Amino acid sequence: MDLDAETPGSPEAPVVDQQGRWKHLYNVLSKPGPYTDEDWVPGPETIQSLESSKIFGAGGLGCEILKNLALSGFKDIHVIDMDTIDISNLNRQFLFRQADIGKPKAEVAAAFVQKRVKGVTITPYVGKIQDKDEDYYMQFKIVICGLDSIEARRWINATLISMVDMEDPESLKPLVDGGTEGFKGQARVILPTLSSCIECQLDMHAPRPAVPLCTIATIPRQPQHCIEWAHQIAWQEKRKDDTFDSDDMEHISWVYNAAYERAQHFHIHGVTFQMTQGVVKNIIPAIASTNAVIAASTTSEVLKIASSCNPYLDNYMMYAGEEGVYTYTFEAEKKSDCPVCGNLARKMNVDRNMTLGEFIESLGERAESQLKKPSMRTEEKTLYQRFPPQLEESTRHNLELKLADLIEDGQEIAVSDPAYTIDFRFRLNFN
Amino acid sequence: MTDAFPAALTGPTSKERKYDRQLRLWAATGQQALEDSRVLLVNSDGPLAQHSTGVSGVAGVEALKNLVLPGIGGFTIVDPATVTESDLGVNFFLEEESLGKSRAEETCRLLRELNPDVQGYHYSKRISDLTVDPDFLPRHKLIIISGPIRRSTLAPLCWQAKQLGIPVLYLHSVGFFSTFSVQLPAEFPIVETHPDPESTQDLRLLNSWPELVAAASKLETLDTLDDHQHGHVPYILLLLHFLEQWKQTHDGSAPSNYKQKTEFREFVRGQARTSNPEGGEENFDEAVSAVLKTISPFELRSSIRDIFNMEECQQLTSASQDFWIIASAIKSFHGSHGVLPLPGSLPDMKAQSADYVALQNIYKAKARKDVEEVTATVRQLESQIGRQSPAILDREIEVFCKNAAHIKVVRGRSIPQISIDSDASTLKKIRNELNSEDSLVPIFIATQILDSVVDEIQSNNLEKERSIDDSALWHSHTERILALLTGGDGVAMDTAAREQIARAIKEVRRAQGGELHNISSLTGGLVAQEALKVITRQYGPLDNTSVFDGARSRTEMYRL
Repeated sequence: MDLDAETPGSPEAPVVDQQGRWKHLYNVLSKPGPYTDEDWVPGPETIQSLESSKIFGAGGLGCEILKNLALSGFKDIHVIDMDTIDISNLNRQFLFRQADIGKPKAEVAAAFVQKRVKGVTITPYVGKIQDKDEDYYMQFKIVICGLDSIEARRWINATLISMVDMEDPESLKPLVDGGTEGFKGQARVILPTLSSCIECQLDMHAPRPAVPLCTIATIPRQPQHCIEWAHQIAWQEKRKDDTFDSDDMEHISWVYNAAYERAQHFHIHGVTFQMTQGVVKNIIPAIASTNAVIAASTTSEVLKIASSCNPYLDNYMMYAGEEGVYTYTFEAEKKSDCPVCGNLARKMNVDRNMTLGEFIESLGERAESQLKKPSMRTEEKTLYQRFPPQLEESTRHNLELKLADLIEDGQEIAVSDPAYTIDFRFRLNFN
Repeated sequence: MTDAFPAALTGPTSKERKYDRQLRLWAATGQQALEDSRVLLVNSDGPLAQHSTGVSGVAGVEALKNLVLPGIGGFTIVDPATVTESDLGVNFFLEEESLGKSRAEETCRLLRELNPDVQGYHYSKRISDLTVDPDFLPRHKLIIISGPIRRSTLAPLCWQAKQLGIPVLYLHSVGFFSTFSVQLPAEFPIVETHPDPESTQDLRLLNSWPELVAAASKLETLDTLDDHQHGHVPYILLLLHFLEQWKQTHDGSAPSNYKQKTEFREFVRGQARTSNPEGGEENFDEAVSAVLKTISPFELRSSIRDIFNMEECQQLTSASQDFWIIASAIKSFHGSHGVLPLPGSLPDMKAQSADYVALQNIYKAKARKDVEEVTATVRQLESQIGRQSPAILDREIEVFCKNAAHIKVVRGRSIPQISIDSDASTLKKIRNELNSEDSLVPIFIATQILDSVVDEIQSNNLEKERSIDDSALWHSHTERILALLTGGDGVAMDTAAREQIARAIKEVRRAQGGELHNISSLTGGLVAQEALKVITRQYGPLDNTSVFDGARSRTEMYRL
């Protein structure tokens, strides 16, 4: 894409009456308000610094976020998204049309907003946020995320925290995060190492408990149990050579049929195609209005952080729209035993008779860990290591052993997971 | 709800795929209601002064965006303004080529691009020129009005809407603040309120019926079951079984207070087998943790009793809405049985498949029987009142019975304002709110003063050109509004409250009445959300005012 033509100040750029166009925004950047800091200097300097702030954005709220940043006076915006446009995005991701289905979200969204709002440059990258390193993230002033996966959130959080150099204030990149689910959502501001981080708040977003495997395998009672069986067990048995793809209609139809037959066998009602998709893709309801509310509250915080024109959120606003308009704004606590920004190991109560294998399994579901593929060691020895294969083989026998046979009560372990670059420290106390 | 299995695989239609993420919230019925509705946006009412363009109307357009995307049937934009330079810096649904053109037409054009299923109409006129046609407003199911707007436009519009039973949303987005209020029809009943399923389980353990009693009585042989069977008895049957045992030693009564319930809980806990390899039983754990929640006799919630006592429920006429006829039938059901119709849903629990399905069928069958009884009463009432319109759909009665414990009736209130015509109770509530330090009511007051200033600029042919930033105008209207607020009881406003109001005014004036995109986008999200709930008649609508403080990242709700 030729971005130069759109760069402000280049000869081809349209001549825009900046004062007229940005009248409303400039008004609040040129006058102090009742809540602005006493030392704040309004006027051209503030406007200039806002316009030169490089912003990084990512995630499912991207359409709203890009629009809002562009109309908040930011001129240099970078966006990362690995997804392509799906028909089910069209009910809320308003920059995409039927004809765009299959194209990369980041490119379509960037081109649209850059065309609509003159003078803004939006640089898209199609890929994962994890593809980029610290040098890349160091160039930005603020990072804003509306990511739909907790894994990606934790990754960017840990990365920004590890970048902080106490000698260099520029290395501290405020992270503004937003997320939605149906009529609910939240917005939060994180100042890496200084305030409560995503990892400190992890247990506020506990995963839904999984259905026990024996229920799925032998005693289904709910239509969802039949779908899980078709998805996790029947597929493995009957089609193990095909990799299951939840976007492939034929695959979903197969799972639906298998689930449906099983449900009939057990006289269970209610397996539908829609439910099948919901279960296998872990679909979370999403609507335009909630996206708008959460995206705008995050971009409003970015504007306030970048310009100091009003105090920014300290540090969490939860939102619920089912019953009128409800929000709760509070300061989430920074935890000294946070595995990412704290300096103490996080305490975890465990059953001494649990095997290491069971413990590893439980880390995926425990609200305070949520680690899917953990490897772990104590200071003295490796308990279980997934990679390389030789090490996996030599530690595999530990999975059968009881925790009490491997570690002491109160001992600290370090847990790593391929989804994250850092180690998580836990202190295991026997019940 | 049908118990028949669907005949064959039917994949979703492309419409179902496009709207999949929202159909999971309001289902096909909500979507249909949306597609049958046209929304009117009154986005400005002429210039604020000779050299000023008036309201930018960004929040209104953003609200429409959030209604066009989910597939509202249609929308109408009424906006006499032409597009100016400053519109382009704040409104995403305008482009360079829009400069100088009709803002209604341009925003309509760019909004329509979002969804080919949606009809869009536009009028570059003032709303008062359109409402002379008596058919104009009734084409719409909802009206959104962007403030500030002169009183002589707002008042008759709200009045007409009230006569026609059309809901109104009146909004302001100024600088970092926004407020909006909802005017619902005089009676606004909701059946599908979507309560949290966790908190609304209705298992009727103390109001059981013969089939359920019979199922529990089979557990007389509980002690003879092998460990596997014992560990898979559904906890509901366990509780019913142990309740019978408890009653035998307690004069035939179930545990009725907290102390007895905790005793009963320990009794149940003590019956679990612990000699098995797991050292306990999951179904007993479930039973133990369900005791406090489920061992209570059925009790009619006071909000439902209130609905039963409403005049519309007591005095049916041939013109009564479906809601009141069904509510009346359910009231008589409650009268004869002392309970509401059984919702019939069962939570998941540790059990063998066949046992669970059998228990579920007992609940479903009872629910079906209750629906049949209510339906018979509905049919009786329909003929008694000489109803002309087609018979109420069976499906509607069934949905009502399922939700009977959570229905809601909102009594619509007018758009609140601080004026000579204000409701005394509204003024009193506003005054009371001022006693709280964190209240956002000062922001509401500041937007009322803005309304008042704009009303004077738009209505009077002022000899001298006045701008929205005219300090003398602001001063006089602030004093007037504060006098109206305190006038009723003559108590002077305390300094702290006055200071709060002064700060809110300062922030509003800092923006010179202008909109910031983020705040308008957020407000458009909130307004659209309320519009969706009102149009689909699902969830709980705002009653009646929401205030957002973007400087301190908070909202509050008020009933004014």
